[in-house]
This record gives sequence, structure tokens and C-alpha cells, in this order.
Amino acid sequence: MIPDNVMTAIEVRGISKRFDDVEAVAGIDFDVRKGELFGFLGPNGAGKSTTINMLIGLARPDAGTIRIGGIDCSKNPKAAQHLMGVVPDESNLYPELTGFDNLCFCGSLYGMSRRDREARARELLDRFGLAAAGGRKFGGYSKGMKRKLTIAAGIIHSPAILFMDEPTTGIDVASARQIRQLIADLNASGTTIFLTTHYIEEAQRLCERIAFIVKGRIVRIDTIEQLMRRTDGRHVVQFAVSNSTDDLCDLLLGEWPGLHCQAIAEGHIRVESPKPVRVGPLVRLLEDRGVEVFEARKIQPSLEDVFVEITGIEADAMKQEKANSGKGGGA
Amino acid sequence: MKAWIAFWNIMVKDFRAYYLKPPNISWGLIFPLAWAGMFFIRSGAGLDSVPALLPGVIAVSVLFGTTSLLSVTVTFEKKGRSFERLLLAPIPLELLMLAKTGGAILFGVANAFVPVAMAAFLMDVSVINWATFVPAIVLIAISSTFLGLFIAVSVSEVFEAQTFSNFFRFPMLFLCGLFFPLAQLPVWLRWLSYALPLTYGADLLHAAIHRPAAIPSALSFGMLVAFCILLFAFSLRNVRCKWIV
Repeated sequence: MIPDNVMTAIEVRGISKRFDDVEAVAGIDFDVRKGELFGFLGPNGAGKSTTINMLIGLARPDAGTIRIGGIDCSKNPKAAQHLMGVVPDESNLYPELTGFDNLCFCGSLYGMSRRDREARARELLDRFGLAAAGGRKFGGYSKGMKRKLTIAAGIIHSPAILFMDEPTTGIDVASARQIRQLIADLNASGTTIFLTTHYIEEAQRLCERIAFIVKGRIVRIDTIEQLMRRTDGRHVVQFAVSNSTDDLCDLLLGEWPGLHCQAIAEGHIRVESPKPVRVGPLVRLLEDRGVEVFEARKIQPSLEDVFVEITGIEADAMKQEKANSGKGGGA
Repeated sequence: MKAWIAFWNIMVKDFRAYYLKPPNISWGLIFPLAWAGMFFIRSGAGLDSVPALLPGVIAVSVLFGTTSLLSVTVTFEKKGRSFERLLLAPIPLELLMLAKTGGAILFGVANAFVPVAMAAFLMDVSVINWATFVPAIVLIAISSTFLGLFIAVSVSEVFEAQTFSNFFRFPMLFLCGLFFPLAQLPVWLRWLSYALPLTYGADLLHAAIHRPAAIPSALSFGMLVAFCILLFAFSLRNVRCKWIV
């Protein structure tokens, strides 16, 4: 457990990591408070995995310091591993062992006695809805079941700090919902959670604070509340139209230069304004020019908009990158 | 105490997941049998040749059994990323790698006794000097397992592990004095054979079973221990440099 007098679960100061010519992480700083659920967001290749590997002891920083639960791990990556649980982005348990044996084995790696680890394994199998599958080999589990058992293995020893790398990537919606609920419950019970995800909505729903990392640099760390303030006073309307959207923005901006207009997909445009947008005149103008308007919808700006604004990276592009890397799935 | 719980369970897990699987048990039985038969037929010297053949069969069984299994299982776990679980466990890396190799060492020792059990029907095994034989077997198993570990941490694919294993095993097989006495090898090859751990192991086995040692036994034991330390240290260094980058 983290000593009572230590209030910062993870303290990172100026860590950097270079692989040949590539600067994967470039001198980042952040703190994660004890009991916090901290989100770490960024596109592929932004430095998320390298950072998490340095925190958990699978990589050594070239420079900077890392303190986990008050223990300096910069020189000895194994120094604080007893405080951590890790849920990697791949379900990497042993296919030839049963679910129950996998959990017991993972408990033994943290020195749990046979009685303790068997009791805890049964408890977790129940909690994750896997009790009936506990005697089956892990290799035969579905993707969602594998993910759940991998999370169970990460918390078998009741760690003070849990690192979760893309916990809901590549699994069905029902399992993802269940896992998100588990994450929230774990955090409510006092576990500090460091969560990396491609799903901005997931981070928005779960995390207290979020760090955005792009090209090895943290571009913003803030609470969800503060981040969302950026969207205060912004009014967004999205239109579904019949025509190609190429010239429609020019048409609207010609009439209302104060608007910000963007073609977001074929047949869809997004109009943004610092003042409330009156939809009627916009629809009339479009229809006068022969454009059929199927739908005009006011949109509540989301964390995704903030992310796009801060990082300059389209959230959809980020999800696509993840899908292309073969992991797919949906939050 | 907690670290030893992890140590024991890693070994038990490997036994359950790999070494006690039917294909590996049959490998442990069939392989020595096949080697014994091959040597026996090739020598054509009848039952009298069994004591002279036994050291070679034992050494080859241990070498192939341990290097194959360890290099493949570690590479397999590394590729499937389950090895990361072990690297994340709060136990010293040295203890972790000893646990990982412990199962293969025991498998190698068990492998060695298969030819001995078979030979018991064909020769008088009471002539075996067990005080030399048992420690020699243990050291051959340890050095061969650590060679397998060295191979595993030097490659990234399972097929590379097999290919790389043969790169070491076959020269060792021909140069360690099992096929040709060291004295009959050209001088430059003799020096090469002295750089191989199995040369010392094979000589100890010959000395324990049927003839005087060609190399002083104390030197052979010392060299085997030195090879074990060297291979283990080099493997640990590779794990630290390549797997904890």
C-alpha cells in the first residue's frame, strides 16, 4: 500500500525516451493523486505506450525521475512493482491454463498464499461474471471474456495503483459497458487508476483529469470540468444535406462571415458560432439554392471537440488509426 | 518468502503448461531411445559397446531436450507477451530467470535417466560412479538450459530459436568427444572443442561409466560451473538490455 503521508501516487518529472532517431517521449511532467482516475490520451505513436512502459518498469527513461507511491523507480524499475497492477492492451494470459488457474498464478507472482489467491480468484470470477467459465482454458474464451479475465488478473493482488492500457478496445458494447462500470467501482473503492484510451467519450465518462499527449509532449492536463469550459458559449449545429458539401460552407460563410463552417463528411456540415445559431435562415438559404436539408441538429460540444482543438488531431482519425492497427472495437 | 512463492509457482506453471504435456513426455522418451538405437546399430559392436555409447546418448538427450524446450517456451511467451507478466512481478530478475529455467533443468535431468533406465537391461549399471555421474548430469542440464535461455533472449521468433539452437548444438555434438575422441581431432578443432561446455560434460560421463577421464574431473566440473555462470549472466544482461529497453 502507499504510505498515508504520500498523497501523490505517480510523480513524473522530465522523463524522456529516445529510440534511435525518434524522440518517443520528450521531457514530460505530471502527477496523479492518490485515489484519482487519470486519463492519458493521444493518437498512435504519441508516446502513450512508451510512457506507460516506463511507469510500470518495462522501459527505462533516458532522463527524468519517476516516483510511484513515493518510491523512486528511475534507476530501479522494479522498486515499486509490488504497488502496481497492470492491464496491458492485449489479453496476455496463458492460453493453456484455465481462467481460475491463470488468476491463481498471477496472484502467486505477488506472493499471495494459496488460500488467499484461490479465494480472491473465486471472488473475481464471480464479480466479472466468469464463474461458469473459470474451469475452461483461457485460449477458448471470447474476446470480451479474455479482456475481463485480464483485468481480473491485474487486480488479483488488490494493487494500490492500476495501469490500464486500452481496457475496452476490441470488445463488444455490452462488455465495454461492464468494464467501464468495473473501472468506476474500483476507483470508488480507492484504487488509483492510470487509464490510456483512444475513446474520448470513455475518458470523459470515467476520468477526473486528463492529459493529452501528442508527439511525445503533453499538450494539456486538466480536469474534465476545466477542459469542457473551453466549449462554453460555443453553439454548434450539424446539417445533413442532399448535395455534395464542397461549396456549401462557402455559401454559408458568404452570407454569415462570423460563422465557422466545416464539411465533416459527405452530406454533413457543421456550423459553429460564438452566438446562438438561428437554424431557420440557414436552412432557407440552403433550400433556396436547391439543397435539400434532411436534418438540422443542435450539438452539445464534447470533450472530443476540445481534444481536436487542443491537439489538432481529429478524434475519428485517432479511432481509425487504432482500427487499422488491427484492434478495432468500439467504446 | 513472497518471492519464493512466485519462484515455485512459475516452475510449477511451466511443468503443467509445457513439460508434462504428452508431446514433451514422449519427446523425453522417444528421443533418447532413437539416439540409443542409432548409436548402437552404427557401432555394430554388440552389447559390449553399451557403456561406451551411454555417455553420448545421455549428453545428447539432455542437450537437445533442454535447449529445445526452454528456447521455444520463452520465445513463445515473449511473443505472446505473457512473459511481460513475469517481468512485472515484484521479484528480482535473477530469481525470475532461475524459476523459468528450473523446470527445464529438472526436465533435462529426468531425460538423462531414460537412457540409464534402458541401459540397465543391457549392462551392469553398478559400474557407474554415481558421485561423478549425478553432479555431471545436473551441470550438463544447467549449462544446456542456460544455453537455451541465451538463445531465447537472442531471438524474437520461435523458428529462429530452433535454427539458432542447431547452430550451437550440432557443432557441439561432433566436437565434444562423443563421436571422435578429442585426441584424434586436429589441434585447431581441439581448441574449439575445449570452448564447448558439452566437451567437459561428456568427458565426466565417460569417466563415470567406462574409462578414465581425458580431462581432470575437477577441471571439467569447474569449466561447467564457469559456463553456467557465464551463460546465465549473459542472458540476464540481454534481458535487461533488450526486454527492459
